Amino acid sequence: MPVRCEDVAPVLGDAASGAVPFDAATRLHIEHCLRCQAEIVQYRRVLRGLRAMRTQVLEPAPGLLPGILAGISEANERRALRELIDGRRVAYVGGLAAATAAGVGGAIVLATRTRRAHRLAG
Amino acid sequence: MRHDLEALVAAAQAGDRSAFDDLVRATYIDSYTLAYRLTGDEDDARDVVQEAYLRAYRGLKRFRGDAQFSTWMYRITANCATTFLGKRTRNRHDELTDELVGDEPATTLDPEASADAAATRDRLQQALRRLPPRLRAVVVLRDVYDLPHESIAAELGITESAAKVRLHRARRKLRADLVTMRELDERDEGRPDARAV
Repeated sequence: MPVRCEDVAPVLGDAASGAVPFDAATRLHIEHCLRCQAEIVQYRRVLRGLRAMRTQVLEPAPGLLPGILAGISEANERRALRELIDGRRVAYVGGLAAATAAGVGGAIVLATRTRRAHRLAG
Repeated sequence: MRHDLEALVAAAQAGDRSAFDDLVRATYIDSYTLAYRLTGDEDDARDVVQEAYLRAYRGLKRFRGDAQFSTWMYRITANCATTFLGKRTRNRHDELTDELVGDEPATTLDPEASADAAATRDRLQQALRRLPPRLRAVVVLRDVYDLPHESIAAELGITESAAKVRLHRARRKLRADLVTMRELDERDEGRPDARAV
């Protein structure tokens, strides 16, 4: 079955970029089809223009750089504050746990002594 | 320059905040340029770039140096732009569908060729702005910034084959728009009143 322009159309952009090797039938069609060759030329023009954009930079309005740096500083401060709060929370909970453990231990010791005293008295 | 950036990245990863600031200074114009090309709007591009550097700062420890820092920033910027444009689209309640849709030749010594290249560039920029954002993102990342399909797909949250389909559609649309604009310009130049102006 002969290759038609419609069959080749989806790969013409890749043909212009040289990205994809073609099968023999596709290559043969392109070599003999002026319409497809013209499309490849147009794609090449597009790709050249796009590649040329890579070296063009757009100058942002003043204030962007200070804005970025200030944003990072704020994020840093928020994180430091969060870490501080988290650290204090850990210390508070740890202290509470230690106090509770000490209280429970004391109560157990007291109860044991009281029981022993009762036994001796009995 | 690359080694400088590598040294700055290493210092920033070790906790040196001023090294990260230097990285921002060295790369923010490129990131802004990409953001502008993806969003087509100055204010949006600024928001995208600010968010991109915040994400980069938070995720710097995860940067392993497989790619250049600038390439890593392109990927983050593209990701932020996609998120940003997605949110904006949802807020506006309109759908963006795909269906909406070498080097520059040495021209410096030839004024006519130079003018032709400049005209092509202007037309191309107009055509890019007219592309739906989803198509624009792929063609900009692939054909301007030379990112591999795999990275583009990952950053845009699509499959690699979807990225290729979008690239084909975007190129086809750009080519068609460029041909149309060129024909219109040539017709205008052919008019007697246009020549008088």
